[in-house]
Amino acid sequence: MAEITLKTLAHSYSKKPAGPEDYAIRKMEHVWAQGGAYALLGPSGCGKSTLLNIISGLVTPSEGDVLFDGKRMNELPPEKRNIAQVFQFPVIYDTMTVYDNLAFPLRNQGGFSEDWIREKVHEVADVLELSGELKRKAKNLSADQKQKVSMGRGLVREDVTAILFDEPLTVIDPQLKWRLRRKLKQIHERFDITMVYVTHDQLEASTFADKIALMYEGQIVQFGTPQELFERPAHTFVGYFIGSPGMNFFEPRLTDEGLMFNGKAIPVNEQILDKVRRSGSDNIRLGIRPEFVTLGTDTGEQRYEVTVTGVEDLGTYQMVDVEFGPVTVKVRIPEDQPVPNDAASIGFPDPWLKVYVDERLVEADHE
Amino acid sequence: MNKIENNKAWFFVIPVFVVVAFSAVIPLMTVVNYSVQDIFGANSAFWTGTEWYREMLRNPDLQAALLRQFAFSFAILAIEVPLGIGIALLMPKKGWAASAALVLVAMPLLIPLNVVGTIWQILARSDIGLLGWSLSSLGMDYNINANAADAWFTIILMDVWHWTPLIALLSYSGLRAIPDAYYQAARIDRASRWAVFRYIQLPKLTNVLVIGVLLRFMDSFMIYAEPFVLTGGGPGSSTTFLSQALTTMAVGQFDLGPAAAFSIIYFLIILAVSWVFYTAIMTLQKDKSAQQ
Amino acid sequence: MSLTLQNVSRVVDGETWISDVTMTLEPGSFNVLLGRTLAGKTSLMRIMAGLDRPSSGNILMNDVDVTGVAVQKRNISMVYQQFINYPTMSVFENIASPLKLAKKSQKEIDRRVRETAELLKIDNLLDRLPLELSGGQQQRVSMARALVKDADVVLFDEPLVNLDYKLREALRSELKDLFEARNCIAVYATTEAQEALALGGETAVLHEGRLLQKGPTPTVYHRPQDIETAEIFSEPPINIVPGRVTENEVTFDEQVHFRLNSDLASLEPGNYKFGVRPSHIGLAPHADDDLEIMVTVDLAEISGSETFLHVHSESYELVLHLQGIYQYRPDEQITVFFPTHKLYAFAPDGRTILVPGRAEGL
Repeated sequence: MAEITLKTLAHSYSKKPAGPEDYAIRKMEHVWAQGGAYALLGPSGCGKSTLLNIISGLVTPSEGDVLFDGKRMNELPPEKRNIAQVFQFPVIYDTMTVYDNLAFPLRNQGGFSEDWIREKVHEVADVLELSGELKRKAKNLSADQKQKVSMGRGLVREDVTAILFDEPLTVIDPQLKWRLRRKLKQIHERFDITMVYVTHDQLEASTFADKIALMYEGQIVQFGTPQELFERPAHTFVGYFIGSPGMNFFEPRLTDEGLMFNGKAIPVNEQILDKVRRSGSDNIRLGIRPEFVTLGTDTGEQRYEVTVTGVEDLGTYQMVDVEFGPVTVKVRIPEDQPVPNDAASIGFPDPWLKVYVDERLVEADHE
Repeated sequence: MNKIENNKAWFFVIPVFVVVAFSAVIPLMTVVNYSVQDIFGANSAFWTGTEWYREMLRNPDLQAALLRQFAFSFAILAIEVPLGIGIALLMPKKGWAASAALVLVAMPLLIPLNVVGTIWQILARSDIGLLGWSLSSLGMDYNINANAADAWFTIILMDVWHWTPLIALLSYSGLRAIPDAYYQAARIDRASRWAVFRYIQLPKLTNVLVIGVLLRFMDSFMIYAEPFVLTGGGPGSSTTFLSQALTTMAVGQFDLGPAAAFSIIYFLIILAVSWVFYTAIMTLQKDKSAQQ
Repeated sequence: MSLTLQNVSRVVDGETWISDVTMTLEPGSFNVLLGRTLAGKTSLMRIMAGLDRPSSGNILMNDVDVTGVAVQKRNISMVYQQFINYPTMSVFENIASPLKLAKKSQKEIDRRVRETAELLKIDNLLDRLPLELSGGQQQRVSMARALVKDADVVLFDEPLVNLDYKLREALRSELKDLFEARNCIAVYATTEAQEALALGGETAVLHEGRLLQKGPTPTVYHRPQDIETAEIFSEPPINIVPGRVTENEVTFDEQVHFRLNSDLASLEPGNYKFGVRPSHIGLAPHADDDLEIMVTVDLAEISGSETFLHVHSESYELVLHLQGIYQYRPDEQITVFFPTHKLYAFAPDGRTILVPGRAEGL
């Protein structure tokens, strides 16, 4: 059973890192609980693959420790870590049958009777819906079946406590993807195994994982459920990266009256305002998702005058561009809501308007 | 007509036609022409039909040369292929060592054929040659000019030295093309070194090895310069291979008709063996996959 | 410049790749070819470009027959899925290459390359080599090369497929703006309904080599002419439930019954296939007469801000498109609300009989 802990972990590929930009992974503390389904999400170059390789043992971290159930793993090679990995491109043993592929890790381990191996292979093949293919040469399978075989080689081993996935659906036909995603979910329910899934795709990550670690420039900028990432982005990058399109941002001025934008005060929670003042930073941003902005023609308290500059009919909804002073704000409205012609007003209902100082979310303390 | 007509493209193909015509078709046809006639001089030739062919197939010297030829080709393949793979597996994978190893291994390939023969002739001399002298001083009665076994041993050793690098380089490039993920997966599956070779490296090498074996077979079947320089086909005719037998006939005795017929037979044998070999390997691969 | 295809077909080795396609692309129009993999999008583009010749039918440019004219003699450019650039040339030289072939003056080349590079936001990368760039930047270079020569027709064959979704978002909206200012015909092939909707313009829906429907994108989306168009032009695919209409009642699967309402009143008694968009089924009722259906969850696919909920009842599968994040475990039992007012009705042969009314009567 594996609880994976990253303790003051950092990694640099250069021997003498000069500054934070030399680190592929910046110092982080992190715990992945036994049996959870996790995703490492981020754009290319954010360090997610390096982190995965550190966990699997292909890369030794330059600072800090990787612990499995409290035991230090840093220098242990992959074969001694009780993990399995599914790669971007299916790795199968071409000349073997599906059966032999699945039996391979057990035979390598030694000490199992062929009867026991057969039972185990059939059990796993059953779950993966590969029972009918056991006698086929693995080479002749379709890409999604091959990916299931490479996953199966991890599942047959009773000593495996974590499976790592490195963008495993890259080569899968779009129509088959959702079936494989479902299979992954079912497997996670059925086997008590920690799963870590690396991807750059928000759909893959949110569908698979209970919790997502969103990475940006070598750091985990938020670790939370898909819902938290959407509703309460902890970092402006989360706001941008999650959702299509991402969050709207604009930069207010901090005055004695509060936050001002486009000549009008934008009221925020007193406690938050207080924190903003105390931070002393002038990097202040307001963010709100297009889904939460309200659009109408009514004027009054906390309505802001805007000009409609574009409407896209996206079938199930409409995406409206409005000019709000110097910035364009995107508003997502239902397909049947009429769009004001030119002059309109928008509102930022509580609690969806978020305040960011130095790119990080500022929140009121919970009562 | 599905393609848009664009006649200009045909002009680019013409040079290939011309080159192939002059390099392959026309010479071959000339030989065919000789092989069915008895030629005495510029203007006198008799139609002989398949006479030369029958005579050649019955000729005991040539039959013996053919057997020798097969023995030689299979012997060197049996040594060079495993040895080449072995060398490729041992070659360093990156850094300056990899480049250095590549150059070192490729070195024998850069030496002209008859120079190879000369080098080995000197090496084999028991008075001044390293190989000959060493063996003689170990008390062995080593003499390639008197002892057929010594001559065979030396020729095979020479060919292995000269051509194993080709197999090694082909295998090396094949091994480099295997993605790292395969090795990582094998480590995670706790595969032994042997299992990695048997189930990952060897299957992925099949394609380059087919090419390597074919090249080596064809080349060794046509071997001429090296044994000619090294042993001159002797002692006796113990190392006279097909091409040397042919040359002796065509140039030495000026029997153009029989030599031409023999050339055609020779050509057809190489073609047939290569074809059989290639289809065998390909169907073997396909069968494996079609069985299920 | 207009481009017209007249009864164009293409048969390769006895297989019909394109079957009797007739359409006209207007000057300055942005046209989306929407269809699944192997629907014939690429084949049709190759015929438009002049790379392939149709087995029958004609291609007219400005009413002049160009059917047999080679691609080099038509003023056409193309952008592919793969990022195709000359690897040894700098970005500048890459973009300049079509102009050099056209023997433009050095001064003009310089000016136009810089203009185009600026439009595509790669003007700071002109000295770099393509392979030093990110995927998105490489595709920008190939787009710039396609745009720089003022082609009459610019063909895009799924150009954004190999980019991640954030880059796609950005490039797609830029592309749309780029063509608004131009007078050339743009043709853009995609498999994704959402991409077609985001690009707007005109959409032509292709299926198995046939042209199913062509028209302004929102119209084709909201008023599909048949069930195939509705299925292709919906992501996730529109839900289809077979049903029967009698005097005063609609029956789904012999199980669910409801009274004919004003929207469905025009339907003659008989068998139909009813279509309902994934976004119209909800977890809460939209109207009083929504049907409550008990279903079992197969999978909740979550895309950052939306949830695609795959569920099944005893006899059919449904997909729900929900705004916001809903996490359900497979095999959970839930109740969903099925609208009776937003139904499409298709005849058994697939023709559209009824389209739900919309607020603005589109």
